[in-house]
Amino acid sequence: MAKRTIIPFGPQHPVLPEPIHLDLVIEDEKVVEAIPSIGFIHRGLEKLVEKNEWPEMVYVIERVCGICSFGHGWGYCKTIEGNLEVEVPPRAEYLRTIWHELGRIHSHLLWLGLLADGFGFESLFMHSWRLRETVLDIFEETTGGRVIFSVCKVGGVRKDVPDEKLREIAGILNGMRAELSELTDVFLDDLSVKNRLVGVGVLSKQEAFDLGAVGPTARGSGLNNDVRLDGHGAYPDLDFAPCLEEDGDCYARCKVRVREIFQSIDLIEQCVAKIPAGDIAVEIKGKHPAGEFVGRMEQPRGEAFYYSKGSGQKFLERIRVRTPTNANIPALVQTLQGCDLADVPMLVLTIDPCISCTER
Amino acid sequence: MAGLKIGKMVMRSLFKSPATLMYPVVPREWKERTRGRIEIEIENCILCGICSRKCPTDAITVDRDAKTWTIRRMGCIQCSCCVEVCPKKCLVNVAGYTTPDVTKIEDTFTKPEEPPKAEAVKPAEAEADKPAEAEEAKAEAEAPAGDGAADAKPKKASKKKAAEEGEQAQPDA
Repeated sequence: MAKRTIIPFGPQHPVLPEPIHLDLVIEDEKVVEAIPSIGFIHRGLEKLVEKNEWPEMVYVIERVCGICSFGHGWGYCKTIEGNLEVEVPPRAEYLRTIWHELGRIHSHLLWLGLLADGFGFESLFMHSWRLRETVLDIFEETTGGRVIFSVCKVGGVRKDVPDEKLREIAGILNGMRAELSELTDVFLDDLSVKNRLVGVGVLSKQEAFDLGAVGPTARGSGLNNDVRLDGHGAYPDLDFAPCLEEDGDCYARCKVRVREIFQSIDLIEQCVAKIPAGDIAVEIKGKHPAGEFVGRMEQPRGEAFYYSKGSGQKFLERIRVRTPTNANIPALVQTLQGCDLADVPMLVLTIDPCISCTER
Repeated sequence: MAGLKIGKMVMRSLFKSPATLMYPVVPREWKERTRGRIEIEIENCILCGICSRKCPTDAITVDRDAKTWTIRRMGCIQCSCCVEVCPKKCLVNVAGYTTPDVTKIEDTFTKPEEPPKAEAVKPAEAEADKPAEAEEAKAEAEAPAGDGAADAKPKKASKKKAAEEGEQAQPDA
């Protein structure tokens, strides 16, 4: 029997900008066991709920993640709106959906770039991020921020986007399709890329279900758990089916994300075609959340869970956010067992880890 | 043949101008809605302190005695919350970020002294002063009304509390 060695991976590692630490137990270049540990960047954002009034807390919750920041803001607003039993105007729901889907495009393009960087394809990385810039420009034009938008508020949204502007955005995104498919074809067809991804880190559908995997990680294994089907926002009016792949390897997870980029463009086009006129927010005065409410959101990385408990005063008692990476770490540890040491970065990347989200 | 595809993309980029800006030689074009930094028209400010109470990061300090309005630039998260709640609409979020620095910048604006009133005030002038005073009183009345009666939290505006909070870790740091 070969000698076992423990190799530390992270918290500082070239492929990961974020600190997760894995103790990899190695036997002949094969990983036998992986022991994860997190806790390097805990910020205590949930605690701030005791210091910030609930309408202002949305700006703090948005900063849970720099990539899916709109989704987090929306998720928080959703729990508070549920708590207060407030009906959000349809136009606001459509605008939220558009911004959320734009966020998905930019998150997945960022991830594709990081993946390319992870397997050493630098020009692919550059081009992914170049295309992502178009989406960030749309964000800046419509919300005023590039990654933190501060545009979602309890009861609606803070800024309206004129219909002509929305049509222009849909046009820009449609124009991106050609270049996007050129880019994503490289991810899906290139021999060297395929060598790094196909058959690596297979997670079966049953394993994904048992370990509670969420988002593209689960959908890559054929497990349909897209929370968008629950019917929040404008999703009930939109025609879409979750992107599912059966193989469960890194390539399948990559393929799910690639397909989701195009799906998001479709969804935005549908939203722009259907968006109703009307108010963008309802005013909430003299009410404070009391009681508990749980909301779920489909973030680019998977299902996020929000819990709020109010006490009838302007400070909430508790906020809890469970982010997708938290749910995907067990699946990661499972797939790491038996993989090659050289494939570890790929496996860690394909769950799209966001550690600062996880620790909040 | 994907190799050719990325080759095509790379070749195209070779003959295009760079996707990035030659910063800082080429200045960045700000969008109309860009939230860059908070600016104040201090002469219109009534020092009511609502902005400092609503600021999620406590970046704003209002000192009514010294008549100053102070913002910690590094603490500000450009959420525009203060801009929304300002009763006099004297706060604006302008495009263009604060200049980078190695220290934590703090900008203090002092409300200019109003010209001393002449002993014999003309009736017209006295009338002109009144609306501003009424506005101030109204803003003050609004501020405590927002606080719930059962709220155990002390007012953030008090000087001592502000100093204590200044030492606490900020979420955006």
